[in-house]
Amino acid sequence: MADELLRIDDLRITSVSGNVLVDGVSLTLKSGEVLGLIGESGAGKSTIGLSSMVYARAGCHIDGGRIGLGGVSLRELPVEGRRAVRGVRIAYIAQSAAASFNPAHTLMDQVCEMPIRHGLMKRAQARAWALELFRALDLPDPDHFGERYPHQVSGGQLQRAMTAMAMSCRPQILVLDEPTTALDVTTQIEVLALLKKLIRDYKMAALYITHDLAVVAQVADRIMVLRKGKMVELGETEQILHQPKEKYTADLVAERAAGEHFAVPSIAATGQAVLTVEHAIGAYGDVVCLHDVSISVGRGQTVAVVGESGSGKSTLARLVCGLLPRKSGDVRLHGQSLAPALKDRTREELRQVQLIYQLPDVALNPRQTIGEIIGRPVSFYFNAAPAEVAARVDELLTLVGLPTDYATRLSTALSGGQKQRICIARALAAKPDLIICDEPTSALDPLVADDILRLLKKLQDELGVAYLFITHDLGIVRRIAHRTAVMLRGALVIEGPTQAVFSPPFHPYTEKLIASVPELRTDWLESVLAHRNAAPAVVV
Amino acid sequence: MLKIIFGRLALGVLTLLAVSVLIFAATEVLPGDVASAVLGQGATPETLAVFRKELGLDRPATTRYLEWFWGAVRGDLGVSMTNKRPILEEVAPRFRNTMFLASFAALIAVPLAVGLGIVSAINEGKLVDRTANVLTLMTISVPEFFIAYVLILVFAVQLDWFPSLATVNSDMGLLEKLYVAALPAVTLTLLVTAHMLRMTRASVLSVMSQPYIEMAFLKGMRRTRVIIKHALPNAAGPIITVVALNLAYLIVGVVVIEVVFVYPGIGQLMVDAVSKRDLPVVQACGLIFAGAFIVLNTLADILAILVNPRLRHPR
Amino acid sequence: MKLFGSKPPLSAWIGLTIMAVYVLVAVLAPWIAPFSESESVAGTWDPPSATSWLGTDNIGRDLLSRLIYGARMTIAVALATTVLSFLIGTTAGFLAAVGGRAVDLLLSRFVDVMLSIPLLIFALIILSVFGSSIPVLVLTIAALDSTRVFRLARAVAMNITVTEFVEVARLRGEGLWWVMRREILPNAMPPLIAEFGLRYCFNFLFVAGLSFLGLGIQPPLADWGGMVRDNAQAITFGLMAPIWPAIAIAVMTIGVNLVVDWFLSINSRPSGAMAEM
Repeated sequence: MADELLRIDDLRITSVSGNVLVDGVSLTLKSGEVLGLIGESGAGKSTIGLSSMVYARAGCHIDGGRIGLGGVSLRELPVEGRRAVRGVRIAYIAQSAAASFNPAHTLMDQVCEMPIRHGLMKRAQARAWALELFRALDLPDPDHFGERYPHQVSGGQLQRAMTAMAMSCRPQILVLDEPTTALDVTTQIEVLALLKKLIRDYKMAALYITHDLAVVAQVADRIMVLRKGKMVELGETEQILHQPKEKYTADLVAERAAGEHFAVPSIAATGQAVLTVEHAIGAYGDVVCLHDVSISVGRGQTVAVVGESGSGKSTLARLVCGLLPRKSGDVRLHGQSLAPALKDRTREELRQVQLIYQLPDVALNPRQTIGEIIGRPVSFYFNAAPAEVAARVDELLTLVGLPTDYATRLSTALSGGQKQRICIARALAAKPDLIICDEPTSALDPLVADDILRLLKKLQDELGVAYLFITHDLGIVRRIAHRTAVMLRGALVIEGPTQAVFSPPFHPYTEKLIASVPELRTDWLESVLAHRNAAPAVVV
Repeated sequence: MLKIIFGRLALGVLTLLAVSVLIFAATEVLPGDVASAVLGQGATPETLAVFRKELGLDRPATTRYLEWFWGAVRGDLGVSMTNKRPILEEVAPRFRNTMFLASFAALIAVPLAVGLGIVSAINEGKLVDRTANVLTLMTISVPEFFIAYVLILVFAVQLDWFPSLATVNSDMGLLEKLYVAALPAVTLTLLVTAHMLRMTRASVLSVMSQPYIEMAFLKGMRRTRVIIKHALPNAAGPIITVVALNLAYLIVGVVVIEVVFVYPGIGQLMVDAVSKRDLPVVQACGLIFAGAFIVLNTLADILAILVNPRLRHPR
Repeated sequence: MKLFGSKPPLSAWIGLTIMAVYVLVAVLAPWIAPFSESESVAGTWDPPSATSWLGTDNIGRDLLSRLIYGARMTIAVALATTVLSFLIGTTAGFLAAVGGRAVDLLLSRFVDVMLSIPLLIFALIILSVFGSSIPVLVLTIAALDSTRVFRLARAVAMNITVTEFVEVARLRGEGLWWVMRREILPNAMPPLIAEFGLRYCFNFLFVAGLSFLGLGIQPPLADWGGMVRDNAQAITFGLMAPIWPAIAIAVMTIGVNLVVDWFLSINSRPSGAMAEM
């Protein structure tokens, strides 16, 4: 096609150990078009993005396929030719801005480096262009911003600087690798809008890599769904969202859409609460991080604690567990007051409150067998004989949906979802009344996370265990929480039955939070921005 | 940043004090009695009493320590037990000799090792790197005296290019000193270079695996530029630490070399004093060595602070 | 053939073979040495002959026999020292990592001061007071070397202590000892094993060095460092007498280093220096 910019045919990338990372993927990118690459972790999206510049990370090798830019086959160019393309015609924006900048040089030096070293601009010209970019990206004090070092600016500013660096040679194609994944929802929306504007104003093409379907729906013209290195489906954004042809795509869409509706009837707490937190204040040294928080969890209930990073939700969990001794206030379990510090609590008290972590990989001892991991709480809390322990381990494995012969295996070779199930089994082994779930599904792929959520719900129905569920994902909250507490900067903003908290009239912060979560329709971003037109943009 | 530097200096001084206490304690304030330990089982009560009187061991430990330390600070290191001469007289010229030898070796070793270490890291896995790895591995695996004797065998005995005994004295001119001290200096250089090369290589490799290096490549920068402008400025801190650590190691390596080549330095003095159990000399030499060690480590830390961009340009 | 889940390269095989041979020689010494370690069989520094394959040493003893017997002393002393140093250093290091800030501060500061004195110098000081008997030698070097092991053990344990699975154990109410033994130790093994190999080499060379200076293993016990010292004069006549024990030391150390290198490489990642472009 006439204005076809990038054309990748039958790309094949393998790792040095023989695994196939990308298997025969083909795509085209027209000038001015945005193509979204979506998939779970391990799908190969980043690898494909990097390969558009004929770059493979250490340990990976581009085995086959043709990568054509403007008709020229990049793989056949000599090293110098390929080098001349990077940054000049295709630029890469990484996920983490902090990791992309060299701590030893100023921001201006690094932003101007590409055009100068590629011979496109003289120093003065490059500086002028950089300043213009800083202004376009809404950076504070643009004339002097470049004199700073990376560690002297905030995360959000650094990300804009990274965008400026990518734009410094006015490339034809931008490869954006999960640019908003590490950001809070409220910041994400600003960055998304900015990126969309830049792409349109400078008439660039882009490869937008992400795992979030709703985000990519806002910026992409077409979407390619990837799974384990192979292409599943490719189509216009509207078609993918509303009429997916493949089952896998349909599953992804359904999972994302599920979070937009309420699923759990809000029930009133019955009888004595399992956990009561009253006016708790928590501090690290002199810095107070939890201001007067009160919350309670009833039997068999799920109470969600939502907030952005820095809101104090994880700190609350640590305070309840005793890892962070509270400065004042009370924490009661079944009406009995718990000691502030972990070491002062009885074994029985410790048994009744269990914790599940966000990252299952580090929550399991790689040198212990699964049977040992799950069996230890049984023998520790109940002084059970080995035969009893083994029987209980089998029972628990079945309960979480894992085969019983896993008991003799190590956990290292298992998938994220399976590891999380083991963590759940371990928590259940203590027969607790309350399980504190600290973002248990955030690190998992969407479909796997879905399974885990269903499992947790099922276990609650069967065993009557209560959950204190910490998350930043409003979709999850709507699906499983009876009550919700919203936190902001260490204080409780609002608390109540979930449906009430998420229905008007809203608390202003809740409204902001809800509005910032991308929805699965392509015009969502525009409508939100139009809504905010009066208020000035929040600069981070 | 100045605050941090002063803090580090203060720590260095404190460490020196603590070390001096430790050295003193190790020699004089021990369970069992120094006198019987030195004179042996067969000593009679009278000889033990005379010995104690002579060394002033009948006074409390703290007094003895303060006296010793205060004297040392002013340059009075006491008197040798074997030849009754002031220790400072013995030590001063030997100290100069040792410094001469160590500096000779360091001046060659540091640029060689750091340069080759960087080259090795840049060419990780290639022939240059693997050869360097094998050669340095062999060098650090052998005892210092082995290398020394092999060099003597080849260059002094068979080829007769250099003398096998490196006896320098103060009447020699610089060139003659350099000639006589050449073999011991080369031995030292080989040892230190091997260690320094390996550690430099490791530091540079660690910097090369940072994400901002990948970003530089993705910006289309040439390999040479990435290494020189992006990697090295960040490797400077770790490399300085490596160099200082090895210079400190040099001080220790010097001891064995001086014995092999019969070089009149402070290392040989200490070894002799230990076999003759001349405790005041042992204490004095120990203090000097430890002092040099601490000075070098403190210097290394301060230089690393000065080079760190986060500390030079605070928020 | 796979060992530890990966195929050892040629260099590792060489290292393993060397180690095996040395251990065998040390264990079977009385049966394979032609003479005993202290009998005079010929004149001073006699050249190699049919009875004395490597010649004789400075007082006419058979070099080969002394070399074989020397294996026992040198290897055994180095091994004992390293094992002891590791027991002390690892326990202290783990304690510092899990025992809380006060314990950590106390231990770390003390070790920092000890580390400020070069090992050789400190050893010399202690030996000058206590003399050089085998127990003193082993205890002194072990105590001093344990400070280096402490640093590594502490660093490794610190990394493990902050993981969630250790926190899980703490939340359960597990005691300190259980956490150290069951959670931390198994995960600390790989770097500790590698370090054991390296410290062994270091101690081996160190003991040989001390013996060479006349302050280590005392005569008439055969040990390689002392043998180099005894026969040093022979070098001026171009004889190989002091070189043989030195070679023996060198080969052992190279062997262990090769194995340790391989062990370390099993766990390493390729660096950015090798990206494909």
